Order: sequence, then C-alpha cells, then structure tokens
Amino acid sequence: MKIAVCLKQVPDTEAEIKWDIPKGTLSRDGMDSITNPFDEFALEEALLTKENYDGEIVAISMGPEGAKDVLRNALALTVDQVALCTDDAFAGSDTYSTASVLAAAIKKVGDVDVVFAGKQSTDGNTGVVGAELAAILGFSPLTQVAKVRSIDAAGKKIVVERAVEGGTEVVEAKLPAVVSVIKGINEPRLPNLMGIRKASKIDIPQWSAGDLGVDAGKVGAAGASTKVVEIAVPPPRGAGEILKGEIEEIANTITDKLIDLKVIK
Amino acid sequence: MANDVWVYIEHKDGAIAPMSFELLGIGKQLADAFGSSVCAFVVGDKVDDLAKEAGAYGAAKVYAVEGDVFKGFRGEAYAKAAAFLLDKYKPEIALFRATIMGTDVAAGAAAQLGFGLCTDTIGLAVDGGKVKMTRAAFGGNYSVSVVNEKAAPQIATVRPKAFAMGEKDVSKSAEVIKESFALADADLSTKVVEFIQSATSVNLVEADIIVSGGRGLGNEQGFTVLQQLADLLGGAVGASRAAVDSEWIPYEHQVGQTGKTVKPKIYIACGISGAIQHLAGMRTSDCIVAINKDPDAPIFKAATFGIVGDYKEVVPKMIEKFKSKLGK
Ligand SMILES: Cc1cc2nc3c(=O)[nH]c(=O)nc-3n(C[C@H](O)[C@H](O)[C@H](O)COP(=O)(O)OP(=O)(O)OC[C@H]3O[C@@H](n4cnc5c(N)ncnc54)[C@H](O)[C@@H]3O)c2cc1C
Ligand SMILES: Nc1ncnc2c1ncn2[C@@H]1O[C@H](COP(=O)(O)O)[C@@H](O)[C@H]1O
Repeated sequence: MKIAVCLKQVPDTEAEIKWDIPKGTLSRDGMDSITNPFDEFALEEALLTKENYDGEIVAISMGPEGAKDVLRNALALTVDQVALCTDDAFAGSDTYSTASVLAAAIKKVGDVDVVFAGKQSTDGNTGVVGAELAAILGFSPLTQVAKVRSIDAAGKKIVVERAVEGGTEVVEAKLPAVVSVIKGINEPRLPNLMGIRKASKIDIPQWSAGDLGVDAGKVGAAGASTKVVEIAVPPPRGAGEILKGEIEEIANTITDKLIDLKVIK
Repeated sequence: MANDVWVYIEHKDGAIAPMSFELLGIGKQLADAFGSSVCAFVVGDKVDDLAKEAGAYGAAKVYAVEGDVFKGFRGEAYAKAAAFLLDKYKPEIALFRATIMGTDVAAGAAAQLGFGLCTDTIGLAVDGGKVKMTRAAFGGNYSVSVVNEKAAPQIATVRPKAFAMGEKDVSKSAEVIKESFALADADLSTKVVEFIQSATSVNLVEADIIVSGGRGLGNEQGFTVLQQLADLLGGAVGASRAAVDSEWIPYEHQVGQTGKTVKPKIYIACGISGAIQHLAGMRTSDCIVAINKDPDAPIFKAATFGIVGDYKEVVPKMIEKFKSKLGK
C-alpha cells in the first residue's frame, strides 16, 4: 500500500506572530516553528497503517525551505520518503492553491492509496485543505476521522468512523481516499535519538512548480482567488468587572446579571 | 445589478432545525446592499418542508436538487449538487454554516469550481461591489478580511451565531426552483453504513450557554457540579484541553484552538486560566464569566464578569440562587 501524509509547518502558538501587512502574509523570519499539532496525528496514523497493513509512506509538505524540519522529524519516525514542495511562486497561496500543489505532488508520487492529513492547521485554521485535496484528486473525501476501522488495499476499500454533529458516522469508501484526522485518533510517538541522527543526514528532495508541472501563475499570490484586503487588531474586550464581596453577595449579583441578559429560559 | 445572495440550508434527513436558517438574516442585509434578493439552496431527498421554512425566514427563492441518492447526509454527493447549482446560477456569494456538515459541502463545492473560500467568517459587508469577508486569525489576535476578486460566486462558511437570525413570518413563501441533477450511487465513492447517536449529544457549537471547566476543577467530579449548572440553565458543558488531557471529560467537549470554536451568549469558565489557545475558541462569546482562585489569571482580562474564588463554593451558590430565582 502506498500512503501519503501532508505535514504543514506552523508557527509555535506561543510565538509572537508577525504579519507582513503590505503583502498580507506571515513573515516567518525568526519565528519558532513546529509541526502542525493535528498533523502529528496524521503522521502517527500513517505509521500505524504501514505497520498494520504493510506499505510505504511518503510525507509531503509545502512551504519555505525551513519546512524541511517537519519532514526531518517525519524521517526520524521512519517514513520512507519525503518531498518538500517549495518555490517562490507558492508563496501567498490560498487553500485552493495549497491543495492544488499538494495534489500535484501526490500525483507525482503516483499510485497513492490513502492520503492522511490533519483536521486543520493552527495558523491557517481553515480546515478545508483535506476536502479540497480530495475533490481535486477525485479521491474519496473522509474528513473528521476519529478512527480507521479497516483498510483493504487489494479490494480498494476503507472503513472509517467520523465524529460529526450528534454522533459517529461509519463510512465505507473506495480507495484512493483522503483521510483528515482529529485529535485523539491515536497517541503520536516521539522519534528516538538514532532516528534523529539518521534523519539529519538525509537529503530532502525539493519540488518546484516546474517539477510538479503546476502553472506558476495559477498558484501562490498570483493564483490565489481570495485576496487579503485588510489586517486589523480587533478592539480588546471591554475591561471586565470583578465582582467583589462575600460569596453570598457575589452569587446574588452574578445570577441577577445573567438573568437580565434574557438568555436563560 | 449584482446577483443574488445565496444561503445554503443544512439539514439531516430533512429534519427542520431553526439554526439552519440562521444565515438568511445576514444574507438579506447583504442582498439589500446589492439591491438583489436573498435566496436559499438546498440538497436532499425531500426538500419541500425545508423550502417552505426557508421562505418563512425570508428567502425569495429556493433552489433545490432532490433525489434518493441524497438520503441521509453525504458530503460528497451534496458538494457535487451544490457546485452544480452555484455554477449554473453564479450568485454573488454563497454562505454556508461553519459546521462539520456545512464545511464539507462548502469545501467540496469550492474545490470543484476551482477556487478558495473564506472559512469561519465572523464579519460580512459589501465593499466596492464585492462582499468583504472577515475572519479571526491567530487566536483572535488579528482579524483578516478577504475578498474573492476572481471567482463568482464567492464562498464563505460563517461561524454559527455570528449573526442574528432573521424573523420568521409564516405568511411569507418562496418560489421553489427544482433542478434535476443526475447523480447515481455508482458516481459516488463514499457510503454511510451506520450512524451511532452520541450518548451525551454535546452540541457546543449550537449552545447559547456553556459552562466550561479546566484543570482547576481538580478532578472528574468537578464536571458533575458544572453539569448541574448547565442543566439548570439549558446549556452545554465545555472544557479546556488540560481537563480533556486529564481524561475527566471526552475530547468532543474541548473548546479552543485544537477543539471547538464557540460563540455562546453566556460562557462560564470555571478553573480555567485563559491560555491563548483556549481564548482562541471562546473569546467572541457575548458574555464571559470567569471563576478562578487566582486574581492574576489571564482569563480575567477576557471576562465580562470576574469572580475571584473557589469554584467549589461559587458554583453551588450560583445553582442555589438560580433555582430560587428561576423557580426551578
Ligand atoms: C498547540 C496547542 C494547542 C492547544 N489547544 C488548546 C485548546 O484547544 N483548548 C485549550 O483549552 N487549551 C489548548 N492548549 C493548552 C493551553 O495552552 C493550556 O495549557 C490549557 O488551556 C490550560 O488549561 P486550564 O486553564 O484548564 O489549566 P491551567 O492553566 O492549569 O489553569 C487552571 C486554573 O484553575 C485555577 N484554579 C485552581 N483551582 C481552582 C479552584 N478550586 N477554583 C477556581 N479556580 C481554580 C487556577 O488558578 C488556574 O488559573 C493548547 C496548547 C498548545 C501548545
Ligand atoms: N502547506 C501545507 N503543506 C502540507 N500540508 C498542508 C499544508 N497546508 C495544509 N496542509 C494539510 O491540510 C490540513 C488542513 O489544513 P488547513 O485547511 O490549512 O486548516 C493540515 O492539517 C495538513 O495536513
């Protein structure tokens, strides 16, 4: 079975975020970066799938050169192959452009049975790249996956559980499929020292727009259909009121205030 | 003249949920600014009741694709039908709710049409002949506004409860336009084989009132007290990641950057410090009450009302007062 996993590098949530306001993009210089937390679950699911069903894993990321770090981490966890989609033309991509580049990379890898992605990225936070990737590739879209029940590569079938509004949906789908996973699907493992040492020596292949056969005018800032027109710092919430007094008095005041909102029926 | 503004009506098995019509209110405002009409669009196996309800909530027209293949909810099939309608009629903008169901359809449809969308939108305004869509970025520390200049229709998913619902007027009705869109089971690659109803049925995203607990609860029992308060107020129980990681409550209750984004009318945070990742998921709530022992806890900076104290004393006292004041 051929397994792909999409890993995004995101700023550490503790890090101070800097925007390049004129360009409407993040300025990533000097910012601490991590693997998108949801993608750690995607990577672990890829590793479990490989162990349970046999196969090989290719980890793909799109981003600047620094995004090599997330792929190196994946290599340390013994994925078989990695590729970094990087090109100046990719900068400023919107979700659709990102999904198009990742789709081109998956096509280049060829014969992929299942693609794992995270539910969402903590920087872009859109949570749609997985579904868009499936639509572009014509793969089965499986979002919000809480459990992979079974994969039958020969029979081209996968059964998953999706955590949706009001319950769990059991979905049977044809392979190939894009599976985006939620937190809690597994317990991501950590790389060991030997893995890290080995991974540090591996050369990470880079794929440009040309290598992927994507039209540079259709991706990145040039191709993005959604254009950032304004970045603002929202006004802070009005300074709150600290209720003072004895518990009895406070409880009296707060319940009155909340009842006054006319929300409680 | 600008084209119409479309609102997608999400539903499960044709069941009417008032929140499904939530976006017709803001849709109408946008349409008024354009001098066009707000219309609904719906995909399902039986849509007549939904179409009627959409009319009562102000839709001038309802565009529908109907068929047996749409029984239950199948994101893949719904996205194809939605893309077909949007491509045929090219409204100015199509609004979806930023729920799991709504996002599946919106993302699938946008990708089929070949362009991006704005997700979890919290601001919508007509600006220069286009709709400017505003969303929060980086835990709400920034807001980013985008416009889709290249594509028609623009597509946005909208945070539930971000806009007030329109008035219902049963004397109003919509013109229903049913389009045939041939789609067979064989054209689809996914099939729902079973639906397991959640025992607790937490619907944080729809809840008007959320009582949330964090590590400060100290143990699993803390949530029993919070549940009592939530039940009394007709609300739902939320949690911080620390409480979920301690396995006091399942992940589906988690609020925050890696959990759910909520916007209730009242959010009561008990024993939650107010880390930026937690704030990211709840800071747009209308009224925030924070109960925390530590007067310096960052949650107080986001709170409308702060109570410095032990939740073990404060919450039971609140329950007592509510019971007598609400006559329950
Ligand atoms: C990538 C990433 C993603 C994350 N995503 C999320 C997310 O989605 N949601 C989320 O919540 N967190 C998230 N976090 C974690 C976040 O950073 C915090 O660690 C977490 O929110 C802390 O939870 P807490 O407030 O319950 O616990 P703590 O920070 O430990 O706070 C407990 C609070 O309880 C108070 N307290 C103690 N006893 C009592 C008492 N008896 N009565 C009243 N108050 C009391 C204390 O004063 C303290 O302020 C994420 C972190 C990272 C790195
Ligand atoms: N630049 C990228 N490189 C690799 N994977 C990505 C990239 N952007 C998004 N993804 C994948 O798509 C998922 C959803 O991201 P998003 O739609 O940005 O919230 C992530 O969890 C990743 O698995």
